[in-house]
Amino acid sequence: MSQTHAHGRSSGKPKLALYWAASCGGCEIAVLAIDEKILTVAEHFDVVFWPCAVDGKVRDIEKMADGEIRLCLFNGGIRTSEQEYMARLLRRKSQVLVAFGSCAQEGCIPGLANLSNREEIFRTVYRDTLSTDNPQGIYPQPETAVPEGKLHLPIFYDTLKTLGQTVEVDYYLPGCPPEAENIWEALVAVLEGRLPERGSVIGKNTTVCDECPRIREEKKIKRFKRIWEVIPDQEHCLLEQGIICCGIATRAGCGAKCPQVNSPCIGCHGPNEGVEDFGGRLLSALASMIDSNDPNEIERIIREGIPDPVGTLYRFNLASSLLRRSRRAATDGNGQKGAAASKLGAVS
Amino acid sequence: MSENRVANLGSKFEPKLVAFMCNWCSYTASDLAGTARLHYAPNVRIIRVMCSGRVDPTFVLKAFALGADGVMIAGCHPGDCHYLEQNYKTMRRYALLRYTLAELGIEEDRLRLVWASAAEGPQLAEAINDFVERVRQLGPLRWSINWQEDGQREKAIEQIAHEHAEALEVPV
Repeated sequence: MSQTHAHGRSSGKPKLALYWAASCGGCEIAVLAIDEKILTVAEHFDVVFWPCAVDGKVRDIEKMADGEIRLCLFNGGIRTSEQEYMARLLRRKSQVLVAFGSCAQEGCIPGLANLSNREEIFRTVYRDTLSTDNPQGIYPQPETAVPEGKLHLPIFYDTLKTLGQTVEVDYYLPGCPPEAENIWEALVAVLEGRLPERGSVIGKNTTVCDECPRIREEKKIKRFKRIWEVIPDQEHCLLEQGIICCGIATRAGCGAKCPQVNSPCIGCHGPNEGVEDFGGRLLSALASMIDSNDPNEIERIIREGIPDPVGTLYRFNLASSLLRRSRRAATDGNGQKGAAASKLGAVS
Repeated sequence: MSENRVANLGSKFEPKLVAFMCNWCSYTASDLAGTARLHYAPNVRIIRVMCSGRVDPTFVLKAFALGADGVMIAGCHPGDCHYLEQNYKTMRRYALLRYTLAELGIEEDRLRLVWASAAEGPQLAEAINDFVERVRQLGPLRWSINWQEDGQREKAIEQIAHEHAEALEVPV
């Protein structure tokens, strides 16, 4: 790395940055799940930025030359202007930007909040939850005047975006969180310079079913069962027992851990190669299993067995789905139009 | 282009519809309607597929995402499928897809399933007209505006850089 002198700590080692945006923090822990190999990482990389684990300042990153960071593992979706700023900054400063984990790749659980909007989220978080005491109804404002001047908070977006919807991403590492072996393989691939085609997902090109040892026969069901309703038999495909298992649409790489312990796949490794809309594909597969040719009965089976279709079909990927979110109503969620909604204010 | 023209003329809303029609029945029916010089609303863009069972729900989602106001799926009558029973799968997928779209705020009536045999040109033309009218009542969908953030975003991002430059710099 010839540019290292631009930044004080020139060790000659390639620079590594890790960052988190709208995520739970599990991806940070996942990095440590590579165990003692983390020492090997520290041996080969100069960790210049990792707010969760090491001291480092945004200002130092801003001062770096473009492309000075060899690899940036970015986890989390983009919910605020500050996160978008960091995504753009790290994109510019990094040679290889990896969308690390489900949130950065496809929005994950934070992306399910795309079923509501900023006003509804603020109202829940700053007013309606039982543990909230906010008699003056104070909500975060992007700008607040104080005697010393103006203070700013990042703008909170209505819609959570994925990293790929915000900046150009070089590689995607799937999983909620990614598996330790996959993380290690990706790190080694970067060090050895044998990376796959830009824009690709570092992972397997098949579905969880391929890694699942359960016996598969014929998929025909009369009823979708919720997991609390039955104790599944250990041998046969969960779908054939009427339990919604997302393995059929989900990228392999986890070793089918969940179905092996009698728990259905919930789809955390995202869509398989070539799939544009995870929910659409899962929907297609689930619906065609219904053993009925009668529209009324079909309707009943669906409504009784799937109380929350979006949460079931798009648990990890609503933000990256073709429709990205629910319709943004003119009303504010309490049925009030415009004015009441804009009082919460942030931006109109 | 046509969208601008409509806006300029200030005329009533003309829905943009996509219709997936199966090669063996419905597409032939639409052909028959044409040959018989039956008039039906020009709002529908027909896409021929080999079977209504070939219509991946992704196609429908993509049509909505790219600006369709309504989507029609047309196939052979139940029991008449050229591929034996694929239209039953369509029937099931349609039910789950409508239900899912409703949770996302897309009215169930914006997706319609029609059975039309190769001989049913007039019925198909009528079904298209009826669908166009229904979607016209529902109004435009314009899905992509749902994820557009307001104009203050860029300003806020720029501001962060300014603040960092001002506040965090230690004078030498």
